[in-house]
Amino acid sequence: MTDDVDRNRRHFLTLATAVTGGAGIALAAIPFLSSLKPSARAQALGAPVEVPLASLEPGEMIRVEWRGRLVFVVRRTEEMLGRLEQTKSHDLLRDPDSKVSEQPEFAVNGYRSAKPEYLVIEGSCTHLGCAPLPQFQVGPSDDWYGGFFCPCHGSKFDLAGRVYKGVPAPTNLRVPPYRFIKDDVIMIGAEMGAA
Amino acid sequence: MARIESEIGTPKGGFMKWIDDRFPFTETMKAHATEYYASKNFNIWYIFGVLATVVLVIQLVTGIFLTMNYKPSSAEAFASVEYIMRDVEWGWLIRYMHSTGASFFFIIVYLHMFRAMLYGSYKKPRELIWIIGMLIFFVLMAEAFAGYLLPWGQMSYWGAQVIISLFGAIPFVGETLVEYIRGDYSISDITLNRFFALHVVALPLALIALVFVHIVALHHVGSNNPDGIEIKYHKGPDGIPFDGVAFHPYHTSKDLVYIIAFLMVFSFVMFFAPEMGGYFLEHANFEPANTMATPEHIAPVWYFTPFYAILRAVPNKLWGAILMAGAVLLPLFLPWLDRCRVKSIRYRGWIYKSALGIFAISFLVLGWLGVQPAEGKYVLMARIFSVLYFGFFLLMPYYTAIDKTKPVPDRVVYHG
Repeated sequence: MTDDVDRNRRHFLTLATAVTGGAGIALAAIPFLSSLKPSARAQALGAPVEVPLASLEPGEMIRVEWRGRLVFVVRRTEEMLGRLEQTKSHDLLRDPDSKVSEQPEFAVNGYRSAKPEYLVIEGSCTHLGCAPLPQFQVGPSDDWYGGFFCPCHGSKFDLAGRVYKGVPAPTNLRVPPYRFIKDDVIMIGAEMGAA
Repeated sequence: MARIESEIGTPKGGFMKWIDDRFPFTETMKAHATEYYASKNFNIWYIFGVLATVVLVIQLVTGIFLTMNYKPSSAEAFASVEYIMRDVEWGWLIRYMHSTGASFFFIIVYLHMFRAMLYGSYKKPRELIWIIGMLIFFVLMAEAFAGYLLPWGQMSYWGAQVIISLFGAIPFVGETLVEYIRGDYSISDITLNRFFALHVVALPLALIALVFVHIVALHHVGSNNPDGIEIKYHKGPDGIPFDGVAFHPYHTSKDLVYIIAFLMVFSFVMFFAPEMGGYFLEHANFEPANTMATPEHIAPVWYFTPFYAILRAVPNKLWGAILMAGAVLLPLFLPWLDRCRVKSIRYRGWIYKSALGIFAISFLVLGWLGVQPAEGKYVLMARIFSVLYFGFFLLMPYYTAIDKTKPVPDRVVYHG
């Protein structure tokens, strides 16, 4: 009996069945995997938000929510902007010119912002996503010129959200896309810097 | 008359025969209990497998009852846990049983794994039992992590933020993967809902299936023992190992005593220290999740802290994540890293004894460091003990090969 079996034919049929079945499983997996992505509602809730800046005093910071993420808006004083030179010239920063960090084109400058006065950055440490704490005063340590300190794993960022050397965070704090729709109102989530 | 009855299928052997003709009940009981022979010299280290099963049952039962009152949505989750604690009759007890059970699950599993390292239970022919056991450990970690998000407290939220962000360290696909895990641009209601599905359905099913396979494999090759010898090589004329006694009733009745003692300890913690000073239930978690502010001191629950300390010891995101994953995965390879032919620590040389001691101390110290702030001397200590932790595994092929061993007896021996 077994001698009559065409082994090549059996082998081909087994292979063909396995390949067809495998392709079927792979195709059937698509809807399940896709259902894990942010849904249409989650995407819609990620719409841009408007932030009025008129009541923001120099040297102060506000926290806003965009796409469920924390965004810091800081109105920097002239003195604070001057300190950005210090962190860079003392060679304390890992990516002082924002070459490997994430930010819109308009924020690739010494201030990492559209207008030097206003800093708009995501309050999410590039290490593991904790919210850094604002500590704008200078000191107590010699190399602290004010900025953001992450309490989780000790990452440090200067007043432009630029990451210090020797900390676990790999890159500068992200700058979200935003634009000025009026002189003192920004729209976070919409591209183009100063209107 | 009787003859005719048997011919028409009346059960002659009674009810059990009727069952056994249709389902191998008696046969299964014999193979896994009344005629499963385990070594007669088991010591206290051999209790943790049974205790892990007891805790698994506690977690399943309490979990089902908690699910009846819990609401998996970011708007209601925190309040529904408080509702269970305050308004549901005995709800506080069921919840504390579940949260205390989670911590005891890890205490027991860590001791169970250490037992295997003491007596070489991962060595041939038990490699697969060890690997299945490690898979159980991985699923248990995922189960505990998913469960910790559910109360939607501050630590639930930020702990999940940190752990999920770890996947973002993977080059190229990291950020996309993180979005698939969260189902949103940040941890949200959507994330909570899917973690609930994993915690309550998918992972418990995987856990039960793996535990079943773990026991099937164990009963196929037979249990190891503190002398690390194979009792089935010395059988009597009846085919029963000289050094073995039946699992039931001998081991089960002894186990019952340990189970009662364990439940006393368990109850003491559950009634008098369910938060365990902030280690079993962290203080920050009594505040609802606030997406705008991270708690000042963020630390995972105690059972993840050794690995967390390793993550923090590395001042680089990708390498921190790689070393942490490595620390979790390395024990998988123990059966092949250990090149010593002797199983039990009783007959192994001073090198392995010292190495195992250093490993145990490193694990405990790293666990302690994981709840300390990541600064100054703590970071330095974490680096030193991480090196020792990895050294134990990576140098094992060398030091176990040159270690001098004592002769192993043929039969089980009693000391003292």
